[in-house]
Amino acid sequence: MNILLQWAPFMPPAASHNAGNVDNLYGFIFWLSVVFFILVIGPGAWFVYKYRLKPGESHKPTPRITHHLGLELTWSIIPLLLCIVIAVWGFWDFMALGVSPADAEEIYVTGYKWGWRFEHRDGTKELNELHLPEGKKIKVIMTAEDVIHSFFVPDFRVKQDLPPGRYTTLWFEPKGVGEHQVFCTEYCGDGHSGMLAKIIVQPKEKYEEWIKVGTPLAQGETLEDRGKKLYSDKGCATCHSVDGSKLTGPSFKAIYGNPQPLIDGSNVNVDENFLRESILNPQAKVAQGYPPVMPSYQGALKEMDLNALIAYIKSLK
Amino acid sequence: MANNDHGHGEHPSFFQEGGKGLMSWVYTLDHKRIGLMYLVSVLVMFGVGGVMALLVRLELFSPGKTFLTAHQYNQVFTLHGAIMVFLFIIPAVPAALGNFVLPLLLGTKDVAFPRLNIFSFYIYVMGAIIAIAAIVMGGVDTGWTFYTPYSVGSSGKVIWMVFGVFVLGFSSILTGLNFIATTHKLRAPGMTWSRMPLFCWGIYATSLIQVLATPVLAITLLMLIIERAWGVGIFDPAKGGDAVLFQHFFWFYSHPAVYIMILPGMAIISEIIPTFSKKAIFGYKAIGMSSVAIAIIGFLVWGHHMFVSGQSAFASMVFSFLTFLVAIPSGIKVFNWTATMYKGSITFETPMLYALAFLFLFTIGGLTGIFLGALSVNVHLTDTYFVVAHFHYVMMGGTVIAFYGGVHYWWPKMTGRMYNEKLARLACLLVFIGFNVTFLTQFVLGSKGMPRRYYDYLPEFQTLHQVSTVGSWILGLGFLIMVGYLLASLKVGAVAPANPWGGLTLEWQTSSPPPLHNFEKQPNTKIGPYDYGVPLPPKKPGTLEGAVHGTSS
Repeated sequence: MNILLQWAPFMPPAASHNAGNVDNLYGFIFWLSVVFFILVIGPGAWFVYKYRLKPGESHKPTPRITHHLGLELTWSIIPLLLCIVIAVWGFWDFMALGVSPADAEEIYVTGYKWGWRFEHRDGTKELNELHLPEGKKIKVIMTAEDVIHSFFVPDFRVKQDLPPGRYTTLWFEPKGVGEHQVFCTEYCGDGHSGMLAKIIVQPKEKYEEWIKVGTPLAQGETLEDRGKKLYSDKGCATCHSVDGSKLTGPSFKAIYGNPQPLIDGSNVNVDENFLRESILNPQAKVAQGYPPVMPSYQGALKEMDLNALIAYIKSLK
Repeated sequence: MANNDHGHGEHPSFFQEGGKGLMSWVYTLDHKRIGLMYLVSVLVMFGVGGVMALLVRLELFSPGKTFLTAHQYNQVFTLHGAIMVFLFIIPAVPAALGNFVLPLLLGTKDVAFPRLNIFSFYIYVMGAIIAIAAIVMGGVDTGWTFYTPYSVGSSGKVIWMVFGVFVLGFSSILTGLNFIATTHKLRAPGMTWSRMPLFCWGIYATSLIQVLATPVLAITLLMLIIERAWGVGIFDPAKGGDAVLFQHFFWFYSHPAVYIMILPGMAIISEIIPTFSKKAIFGYKAIGMSSVAIAIIGFLVWGHHMFVSGQSAFASMVFSFLTFLVAIPSGIKVFNWTATMYKGSITFETPMLYALAFLFLFTIGGLTGIFLGALSVNVHLTDTYFVVAHFHYVMMGGTVIAFYGGVHYWWPKMTGRMYNEKLARLACLLVFIGFNVTFLTQFVLGSKGMPRRYYDYLPEFQTLHQVSTVGSWILGLGFLIMVGYLLASLKVGAVAPANPWGGLTLEWQTSSPPPLHNFEKQPNTKIGPYDYGVPLPPKKPGTLEGAVHGTSS
């Protein structure tokens, strides 16, 4: 019952500086709707009860009330005024969401079937993860490679479509540190619901360490463990299964050490070098029976990440 | 529909008069038979679309693969949407119920152009066959909205499906044209515009939209076909087109189409509530005029589907304001229906239960529209389950519930049989409960950030998805019971009297089912459609009709 104590029920945590404003209006509309719902359904329910034909009675003549100008004006004008308030309020905050401040850090985002590529100003590339330092305003400049995608961060209350062939932007200022889910919210095909990313906001020192070496292995974490995590975080799982089932790309199960037919008719032995090449330059040798659609991960994986992924693929016997 | 013993009526019904056998239906020009053929068609389509909906919900019972692959799931939700929108809900009230009852309500023997009427039915059938062919030959996975450039490159049978919808559009245009002409020219003597039943006002407003908006969809779909078939770059940026342009074209039709769907639903409610309250409708003019207002403003709000599409902020602002403007006439209607029950003498037969369910559900649907009209809140909620829940409350909680209210209201008139009232009430209750369980949860999912058209979802959303799926089973059970007792009523139902509900509109002045030419003698239009009860004493002597006023008696 703590819904009744919340101003903006069911909304996710408000983790950006603008989220609170959106929640204020959401809450205002929510509670206004509750009031209006009661104002409509309350009298309706009362009339249904009060003026029901009781068992055994027959219809009595009802008064022929055809209209009442005052009443009708009241229930037209009051909602109209409230609607104008909401429209202006919504537009006001919409402009605040839309106009990015001049001192915002710029990040380039590309949506593709089915993943997110983030490019920092210093050339660092990331896939399906965006590391950010704490306390910065961030402006994202977005486009799509193939079809329309949409960048949605519920915790920040921001969403913007990425039409191919042009740029759209949005901005946010994360509050504190933490991880935030990114969804694609424009239907884009079979991998639509797997087109996810994480925004990871870190303290400045940790962020700088990450820029240099990537995320160090945790205590007790093996290279295979890390590879497994990368496999799901970096979008490999969208096209490559680990149980042998055929998706857009070949399954990783028992791929290592076995010959792989290619589209040019030749065979290649799957070893570390082939795996490395296929990750960084996928079009060089395309597996037979699969479309040549994999994007390059050049620059998007640190050296250790590559080792970890290859170690994981090797472990799938 | 066998009604051999028309016990009460001296005149043979249109079932007998129009001849027997298949050919008597194939070649019929009778609006009642055409209406019934539409009714059977749309009910079958509702069944197919409903099964698709149940499959969608079942797949979402657990995250990851439940029993469909992502590709199959995408096809199923696309077909659910496309079938429900183009093959069920758009023709449901106007073409099926409207065809049957509009001429009866107007006191005329048929629509203005009976041949055009049967032609539009066959166009509908052709469109349906083409759309179903698309499904059989491999399906479509674009969503019912066919957004470009996805639909340009998608592997499915997009051209077939789009061509089917293109053909269906003509059926809609011709039906609208026919009804406009009928309403203008064929009203019974004495039935002035201001004495016309509100159902006719609603259908009239709907017909205007059908005639004016559908051609835009037709052109848009044709351009999509041209782009896919011959690679002309209209919408695909890779070929120099504009991806967002398609959305403007598409919603220029599809938003008014929302009103093609809801106005007829509102029109039915405006008939049911006075009849079962035995009370004059409150604010006749306001209800009638608000239908026309909705039809007009409805053309100017399409951009509210595109607040995050990249359209200009100025355009978004204008569309947001106009969207709020269209909320007002809808609100007026809800208040008027409620006020109609005041001091009524209310009974709760099945059609009235549907009308009350409509009031409840449509109010939620309308209020949640306010969230989506507000720009900043829309940014968070659009393309999430909040939108899915909102439009189901309007389309299904509104139109579909009203449609079934209308089916139950006019079933005795259409078939000459009464259905089992107890089972009908039970089914209505199950539909109401099931609907709320299914879709209230989806508002919560949407606010929390669950995107729509997702095959897979994060584990934190699972409980709500499961509740929603269970709701869909209750909903399905309700409809299953409905199919049972409606079919049974044709065999074992009691013979329907001419006027089972004590209504005052003209269709109740003729036998159930009506004779071929609807009325044996000129229907009496001296009593207005809502002249229940007694007039209030005039405020000033000498002013009778207009001054009937006030709630103080």
